[in-house]
This record gives sequence, C-alpha cells and structure tokens, in this order.
Amino acid sequence: MSEALYVEVGLTEGEYEKIVELLGREPNHLELELFGVMWSEHCSYKSSRVHLGLFPTEGERVLVGPGENAGVLDIGDGWAVALRAESHNHPSAIEPFQGAATGVGGILRDIFTMGARPVALLDSLRFGPLTYARNKYLFRGVVAGISHYGNSVGVPTVGGEVFFDRSYQGNPLVNVMAVGVLRKENLVKGQASGVGNEILIVGAKTGRDGIHGASLLASREFNEAPLEMRPAVQVGDPFMGKLLIEATLEALETGAVVGVNDLGAAGLTSAASETASRAGTGVEIDVSLVPRREEGMTPDEVMLSESQERMLFIVEQGKGDKVREIFRKWQLDAARIGFVTDDGMLRIRDGKEVVAQVPAAALTESAPVYERPMEFPKKEDKEVSVPLPKLPDGYGEILRSLLGSPNLASKAWVYNQYDYMVRADTVMGPGGDAAIIRIKGTDKGIAISTDGNSRYTKIDPFLGGAMAVAEAARNVVCVGGRPIGLTNCLNFGNPENKEIMGQFRKAIEGMALACRVLGIPVTGGNVSLYNETQGENINPTPLVGMVGLLEDVSKRVGNGFTKSGNLICLIGENLEELGGSEYLSYVYDIYGNDLPVFDLEREKEVQEFCLRGIDEGLIKSAHDVSDGGLAIAIAEMIFNGRAKGAAISMTEPLIRRDSLLFGEAPSRIVVEVEKADVERVRELGMVPFMVIGEVKESGFSFALDDEEIFNEDTIELEKIWREALKWSL
Amino acid sequence: MGNYQANLKISLKKGVLDPQGSATMGALVSLGYEVTDVRVGKQIMVEFEAESREEALALVDEMAKRLLANPVIEDYSFMVEEVGETK
Repeated sequence: MSEALYVEVGLTEGEYEKIVELLGREPNHLELELFGVMWSEHCSYKSSRVHLGLFPTEGERVLVGPGENAGVLDIGDGWAVALRAESHNHPSAIEPFQGAATGVGGILRDIFTMGARPVALLDSLRFGPLTYARNKYLFRGVVAGISHYGNSVGVPTVGGEVFFDRSYQGNPLVNVMAVGVLRKENLVKGQASGVGNEILIVGAKTGRDGIHGASLLASREFNEAPLEMRPAVQVGDPFMGKLLIEATLEALETGAVVGVNDLGAAGLTSAASETASRAGTGVEIDVSLVPRREEGMTPDEVMLSESQERMLFIVEQGKGDKVREIFRKWQLDAARIGFVTDDGMLRIRDGKEVVAQVPAAALTESAPVYERPMEFPKKEDKEVSVPLPKLPDGYGEILRSLLGSPNLASKAWVYNQYDYMVRADTVMGPGGDAAIIRIKGTDKGIAISTDGNSRYTKIDPFLGGAMAVAEAARNVVCVGGRPIGLTNCLNFGNPENKEIMGQFRKAIEGMALACRVLGIPVTGGNVSLYNETQGENINPTPLVGMVGLLEDVSKRVGNGFTKSGNLICLIGENLEELGGSEYLSYVYDIYGNDLPVFDLEREKEVQEFCLRGIDEGLIKSAHDVSDGGLAIAIAEMIFNGRAKGAAISMTEPLIRRDSLLFGEAPSRIVVEVEKADVERVRELGMVPFMVIGEVKESGFSFALDDEEIFNEDTIELEKIWREALKWSL
Repeated sequence: MGNYQANLKISLKKGVLDPQGSATMGALVSLGYEVTDVRVGKQIMVEFEAESREEALALVDEMAKRLLANPVIEDYSFMVEEVGETK
C-alpha cells in the first residue's frame, strides 16, 4: 500500500502495520477508511485514554458511567438524569453558526439515545479578545447558532459561561452540555445485543456532509488555511432533531428496542462498530439500503458521512415494522439496513457484494493507546516572579473598570438570545450560580453548572484542575443543590508536545483528587486535543459540568440580596494572592506565577456548611467568590438582588487591599442571613465565618480597618456591568 | 466612472443539507404537486460605481466572498450590468 493512502486517512505507518497484523492481510480502501476514522484521536482517545482511568467513576448513584453515549445518575424515587458534555471547537472555528448548532444537536442525541428526555442545555464558550473583528464574528455566530438550534428544538439553554482570553485567538472553544430526565426503567444502552436482531437507521437521509470531520478536522492541529477543509462542515436541522427526539422516545415505549446509538463523529462506522463491540457481537449492514439525499454516493461516503439527525436502532427480530411505523408517523425515514451476528465482525455489503469485513473490536478496543512523553513544569521555572503591581489609589475606579471587563460583565446579551424557559420547568435560569430544573410531579430539582478557569490551569494544571471541580460543585451548592456527579470536556493543545501532555496529566490528577475528596463521581466526558493554531497552544482548559440534586426545590436560594437590613456574611477565609485573577489580567495584563493556597478539606467543609444553612432556611441568598474576587461577588449580589445596596466593613490588616477586594482565593461563599439567625448559622460547622456588612436599599460602600476605601452609586455600577458586553461588540 | 448593478444568486452548496428547501418540498408534496427536489436560495441586488467593467466584476466577487455569501457552505453566481454613467 502506498504511503499516501494511509496518510490521507490520518494514520501513521506504525498504525498501518498494526492494522495489517490485526487483519492478517492488507485492508482494502474502505476498510482503511474505517480504521482512519475510528483510530483518530477524536474517536479513539488514543493519547488520553491511559490518563482518564484516574477519574473515580463509581458511586451509589451511578447507573451508567463512562463509555456509553451519556452518563446516568439515580436521583431517587425511580427517576434518573442523563448528562454529557462535548466539544465542537474545530467546526465552530470554521463555520461558527453551523458548528455550534450541530454541537447542540449532537449532544442532545447523546442524551435521548439513553431514553432520557433532554431538559437543559448549557454552553461553555471561549474566544480571543473582542478587540479583534474575527473574534466578534465568531462570538456572534456561535451564540446565534446555539440559539437557532436550541430554541427551535424546544430545549431550554439555561446556563454556561463565556470567557475571553488571548490564548483562544484563532482557536475558540465551544463546549456544549446537555441534561435529560428519565424513568429508570426506560434506560437503554448503545448495544447491539441479541443475534438476529434488526438494525435500523432512522432520522434524516444520508448526504455527503462532514466526511472526514472526525479524523481530519478534530484530530489535527489547525495550521493550514481552514478554508481548505470546508466540505467537512455539517448543517443541522433542529426541526428534524425535534421529530427525532419524539419518535425515539415513543419507539422506546414499545419495549422492542434493545439498543440505540447516535450517529455523530464517524457516522455509521462508529455507531455500528461501537454497538457491536460493547455487546460482544457482530453487525452486518448493507449500505445500499441506507436512505440517501444525494445521487451516486459510494459505500465509503455512506459509511463516513456525518449527516446530522440520524440514529442507529437495534430492534428485536420481527418487531422492526412496529418501530418503523412510529418513525413514519413522525415523517422520518427508518430503514432496516442489517442485523446482529455472532461472529464479532463488522461486515459491510453493497447489495450482494461484501465491501468490507473487519472485527468490530479491532476498530474500537484494539485502537492504539499512546503513552506520549510528558514534561512537567519545573519548580525553578516558577521562581522568576513577576513584580506585583503598585498599589492603585482609586479602588472605586478599579471596581468600575473591572465590572466593564467582558469576562466579568453581565452575560445577558448572550442568554437573552436563548429560550431558557421553554418546557416551563426552569426554576432558575441563566445569571445564577447554577441553573435549576424541576422534575415535574416530584418536589425534586436538579442544579446544573459549568465551570473552568484556564488561567488557573495555565499557572498550575494540578491545582487549576482541582479548582475547576471545586468551583463547579460550589456553584451547585450555592443554590442549594448537593453535587452528585459530573461530566467534563478536556480541551488541550497538541498532545505530541511533551509540555501539553504534562499539563493534561497534571490537570486530570488535580480533578480526580478533588472528585475523590468531594465524593463526586465522573460519569463521562470528552477530550479535545490539537487545539493549536500556528504553533500557539490554547491554555489548558478542563471544563466541568456539574449536576446537583435538590430534594426539595422550594428550598433553593438565589444569588441576589433579598432584604435591606439583613447581614452579609462570609463563609471561608480571605487569603493574600492575586495570581490568576481577572484583576491582574485585565488591569495589568499579567497572569501571575502562583495560585492561592487551596485546601480541598476546607473546601468540603465550606460547601457542607452552606448546604446545611440553605437546607435549614437560614441562608437567604448565596454567591461564591470567584472571578473578580470578593468586591465583584458582592456587587453581583446587589445587581441580581431586590435590595440594591451593601455596606461592607471588614478588618483584614494582614492582606493587601487589592488582594482582599479582587483576589480570587477559593473556598469562599458570601451569604445573606437575617440578623436574628446569625448565631444559629455560626454554629452550623467549624469553618471560618464572619459578618462583613449589611444589605442596604442602595449604594455600595466598602470600609477596611475603619477606613472607607470606596463608596459607589449602585445604579451607575449596574449600568456599566449590564451594558459592557454589548458595547464591546 | 460608471454605475453598475450586480445581481447575485446565492444557494447552499450541492450536498449541503437545506432544511428550508426540504420543508418547502414537503409542503408542496402535501398540496398534491409531484415535486422531486426544492432548494431555497437568495437573490441580492447591489448598485455601485466602478471605473470599468473589470473592476465592477472584481468588486462584486470580493463582496460575495467577504460578506454576501458564506463560502463555507454556499455557492454564488452573479451578473453585472452597466446602468449609466456618472458625471
């Protein structure tokens, strides 16, 4: 076989030799294409798999862990939630609108594939600075694409984050998370079990879209002019997506469906080989039976197409017609294209002729695993310390300037384009610490949050990874939810670079440790590598999607002050450290060299304390101290509140003032408590707890060690905060 | 200097899914028409000034590439007509 052929499908010489060894012969062109997509980084996780085993994946609530289309957690009384997050970075960099839209469609399919009805979407977005026209275009396009698909398909987009940083110049990140709700007995897996069972392809017709999306687009660095890769972009159809949700859930009601898998990256190839490999069976399909949108498609094109809104169903023998009838009712194609066999082979026919025949497990389980060389940042590298900025004199000025930073400003411009109320179960929408969706017919609610600060992981991948998990959990805790499981998207640079692999390893170690200490299992996730443009790698960006449970959704609290006269208190301890803060970055344009001290045991105590306070009805509102620090956290509680003011007075003589106001030391939560309840709250646990001020009708004043350091008009501050993002565009 | 009028036709590339086209086709079929394919595109008219016909063609092509069409998923074609001279 000439070198050009395996290179063309994205394989190396060594990988090609392994294929020949596995098959005992040279593959034909189609077989080589199958290996090309299935052994791509995007589908095989070949660089990351050895490290992902560090995550704790078991827990009493875990019904389905990693390896399936989505994780599933038991929330009691026969109910369960399905969760999954996925990146759509490279497609969105080429065509932001359709890239983001198909990202939404894809993650929804992962959820209802499990038998769950999708109830919430969240998006974590990262772009280069808005001072560049290209970044504005990408940002607008991605937000429009998300709203186009999400709003039309009728699933509320309830939260997420947007963050701007130079490291995403040319390589934006679009990570989408979806959550679904199901009755435990309706759970279905992506397995082709039961020899003789029928295999159906359902949903949209197959076209030539997105061929080689997985192997070429998602698994290579992003140097060459992206325009060369144009044909690999797909177009989504949200109305078809909606029909597919309804038809799938109705088909599952028949009890005739034994397995479902969505057709995403690597299309039919991936769905057929994975379902067979999970069940330990074989699959035989005839590509000539696949309904097509275009004339003259070759078997290769049918197998590799990434046309959207398609699924694979495995149905009990003889019951295919019953399922097809349901799809016809929803005006969707459903064609019987093959059956389950017992020989472990993925056999592809084009009519009578067998055009490819490979062991299903060779495509999946036998995919190469690389232990790529790693290099960890050395300690001495860190001793070159950046001189700390001169103490600024006008703190009010700094506060106003920070509130106008696109990273801290209100994200209303984004979420006002999303329908976050559709389905009428959103009890807390965007703008809170976490979103809350109620489970109809019960008292329960689920709290969902996404989080990840890549400046922290850039400075220290281990601590940054741990902080991402802790903060996402803290967000869920702040609304009254107990964290029960998480999914993630691990976005990193080029894994063939030793330092990037070092960052990856350390970030996973940090995340895994935080999961263990906080007792939160990982139910799955997604890895996106090769986030590199012209030799520049993105900051390591692990994103955490956390799900929490509220047994009684009426006990939730918001992050805005509720009543003038209540006390403002701080759970946790202030520490001196500005490294990684938005303040250093926005005002002085540096990251800093160290992160604040982070103690996971303390974190756990702070979260328990807050949960207990909310559960007993003693905490009226809560907001965690994160980006922008304490002053920004309090300002946001004012803007989101009914009582629009705060008078703070603290004594912290040992901490630099800018660090106290804007430093981002973790494990801190600002809470609002009625005067009469303060002593009861103090006794909730052995955690530093102090009264730092009082809720007012208006005005934001801050006194430190008996000296007033700013006193600002809150109407003016809120105007800056609400309008800054709009003016940046 | 001449006044020119350009007439651009923009449509989704062959092979790219056209949800609007398929919905329209579905509606036509349900009205009883025997339709086999529908593709929906758009037409844009632009009036502008240019030194020569060559410059006019180049300008329209540039406008289409940079803004009017999305070359990632759309094809475009255009005609340019001179509609009179400016003093």
